[in-house]
Amino acid sequence: MIKPWEQNPELEVQHLTMRFGGLTAIGDLSFNVGKKQITALIGPNGAGKTTVFNCITGFYKPTEGMIKLNHEGGKEFLLERMDDFRITRFAKVARTFQNIRLFSGMTLLENLMVAQHNSLMKSSGWTIGALLGTGGYKRAENEAIETCKYWLNKVGLIDRADDPAGDLSYGAQRRLEIARAMCTGPRLLCLDEPAAGLNPRESEELNKLLLSVRDDHNMAILLIEHDMSVVMGISDHIIVLDYGRKIADGTPVQIKADPAVIRAYLGVEDEDDDADGKAAAAVIDEAISHKPVPMETLLAAIETPTVPPKKMATKTPVKPAPKAVAKKTAAPKKGGRK
Amino acid sequence: MSAPVKSSSGGSDAQVLDSAAITKDLIGTFVITALILVPVVAIRTQLDQGVLTWHSRFTLAAVLAAIVVGVRWAMHVFVWNRRAANALKPAVAGAVKVKGPSLADKIGPYVSRGLLIFGLVLPILAYFNITPWGDKRTLDLAIYILTYIMLGWGLNVVVGLAGLLDLGYVAFYAVGAYAYALLSTVYFPIWFGSGIVPYAFYITLPLAGLLAALWGVILGFPVLRLRGDYLAIVTLAFGEMIRLVLINWFSFTQGPQGINVPKATFFGLPFKDGPGSFAEFFHITYDRIHFYIFLYYVILAMALITYFVTKRLRRLPIGRAWEALREDEIACRSLGINTTNTKLTAFAIGAMFGGFAGSFFAARQGFVSPESFVYIESALILAIVVLGGLGSQIGIVFSATAIMGSFEVFREMNWLKAVLPAGTEPIQFRMLAVGLAMVLMMRFRPRGFVTKREPTVFLKEKKAVSGDLVAEGHG
Ligand SMILES: Nc1ncnc2c1ncn2[C@@H]1O[C@H](COP(=O)(O)OP(=O)(O)O)[C@@H](O)[C@H]1O
Ligand SMILES: [Mg+2]
Repeated sequence: MIKPWEQNPELEVQHLTMRFGGLTAIGDLSFNVGKKQITALIGPNGAGKTTVFNCITGFYKPTEGMIKLNHEGGKEFLLERMDDFRITRFAKVARTFQNIRLFSGMTLLENLMVAQHNSLMKSSGWTIGALLGTGGYKRAENEAIETCKYWLNKVGLIDRADDPAGDLSYGAQRRLEIARAMCTGPRLLCLDEPAAGLNPRESEELNKLLLSVRDDHNMAILLIEHDMSVVMGISDHIIVLDYGRKIADGTPVQIKADPAVIRAYLGVEDEDDDADGKAAAAVIDEAISHKPVPMETLLAAIETPTVPPKKMATKTPVKPAPKAVAKKTAAPKKGGRK
Repeated sequence: MSAPVKSSSGGSDAQVLDSAAITKDLIGTFVITALILVPVVAIRTQLDQGVLTWHSRFTLAAVLAAIVVGVRWAMHVFVWNRRAANALKPAVAGAVKVKGPSLADKIGPYVSRGLLIFGLVLPILAYFNITPWGDKRTLDLAIYILTYIMLGWGLNVVVGLAGLLDLGYVAFYAVGAYAYALLSTVYFPIWFGSGIVPYAFYITLPLAGLLAALWGVILGFPVLRLRGDYLAIVTLAFGEMIRLVLINWFSFTQGPQGINVPKATFFGLPFKDGPGSFAEFFHITYDRIHFYIFLYYVILAMALITYFVTKRLRRLPIGRAWEALREDEIACRSLGINTTNTKLTAFAIGAMFGGFAGSFFAARQGFVSPESFVYIESALILAIVVLGGLGSQIGIVFSATAIMGSFEVFREMNWLKAVLPAGTEPIQFRMLAVGLAMVLMMRFRPRGFVTKREPTVFLKEKKAVSGDLVAEGHG
């Protein structure tokens, strides 16, 4: 299997470890994000996905490890050593937040103008030039407005350009946040659960938007998402985290077939539940390759007293399509592990 | 008694003022006010050497009644009307195109123009004595108010736009004042000879601003990492520190004695009687009002410069970054904005205008002492900004006039002596009244006089942003 993210990646994360006091939120995590690819970071709640984002974008300083961003032309940035705003400004990494962070008292257009702050500052002669009326600030401002218009069009919010961001619906706020991140002119876009709270139609639109960002703007996208229709539908590469460790890394097809992933999503807690895990893997295996489940495996799982009956219920259906397994099994764990 | 009218204007057609109902309500208001005022104010009894006599004060009662009715009318037109319209909005949202702008929106643009014209002609009115309270006194009050408007506009950059709570703004005012005082009395005569002194104000004015901005940066650098309450406390402490240094560094500042400084001149021509003066140069007879008119125009010009510069800054990237900072600092950093520098510029620019105003204060007063720069001054300027509302510049004009004007009005309200404890003057209750007014304001209009934020850039239509959505900042 070819793994395009192995060669010449946009972002290399190596041995990343993040500890909060005694809690190891991320443990020795290594992965690559390929150029012009959509990479999804998935895992149960509390797996450490947002923490990975915060390390990449400089909001947290990792305890150990290296995060290297490669620009074209061989320019390298060691993100773990840079301030958060410098990462956006110079390394060109933009992000959105799990809990939306818009400037809600400012209009949509203003939100996107703020995102172009650095280039506008320069063309305003660090304010002094524009105050004295010299230089082409007016022209630069008009260009910035054109950029805003382009992205507002792209996310379908152009008609609401002059409304305050706080007045938008939830889905529209998510799209505006993506547009705002794009206005910083990034190379790598990090999206933290962009489909959370969206209805199926909005998810579909989000897929189109992200594909267009990847293909028309040659961007790499790193995506945290629970919505499997988004993850499986558009990603080129999936990394699965559980308890801050990587448990799987591959293409969507590989991930769907990975027993460890299903186990994590079924909520197998630790090694004591080994039997349970084996049963889960066997069920998946059966679903994919039509191998019958050995009776003793199932019995072992049933006899483990820690297994609640509800868990068994999710495991019993025979022959679901692999995609359906992923979806169904993802559902009960949402929010359950926090 | 306000309830029935409020509900009637909130009825079927909220945007169109129901003039019949309002007229009825105003007549009712007048009758009730008159009933209260006649026994309390209009008819005054007096115990005169054992004889009870009385005299009437119907003019005063009429003025008070007119004020009450006027305020109530204004509330109908500007406040209740809009609130009713807002309450109605969700019902018609989307379906019906919202009707034309309310009266308040329509007259909005004319208010600032009207104020500007009034500001420009006020000295002329004063000169020909068409103002209440006599010419010099009116101008003095106007100069006083304008100084605070300018300070309000300066602090507005820090508090209103960038959302940083600064409780020590008066420190920068002090830096400006002492910069003028020390440079004009001590250092300029040493460096350039005493011939420079008449021109000192014009040379030190920019220096005072720069020095204050420098202090803003020096203070801001370690402090701006703090947030919210901590920032407020440190700025408060800084304000006190500057004052204590001014008191205790006797050899430099002459301590609590203060410094006598030369008053401002008309580009070197002093305002006095005799040769080489302003009056002689222009062949007019000397009158102290000239000095007041001159000072008035100086502070008006300085305030207008503050106004236009901050207004322009708000529309530039730096101003938008300030407001974004107030809305969400983390989001700002995620967009590549250096928030420390952005806060520093807000601090420095706010401090600079404070320094300008301080230097004017010294040149007007002819005397500076640490007593002028106590904490309560910072609190007053902050109150002006907060009452103005949502970083609005026009709001600050109203709140400064209301607060500073009310102090002066208290001097006049001798009739209040009837209700106040014996041996007290109404003026002593001014802070109490301001405090009460603030409490009421925070209860009924927590975001200040102006409740809408004006966007800095727009595509098709400039729509004001409702105050509920605008963040207040958190230090
Ligand atoms: N600033 C922090 N301080 C302490 N613990 C944290 C902090 N941020 C995250 N964590 C912990 O790290 C773990 C991973 O959290 P997070 O990255 O938010 O998970 P996810 O985004 O995958 O749901 C959680 O146990 C969380 O409590
Ligand atoms: Mg998360």
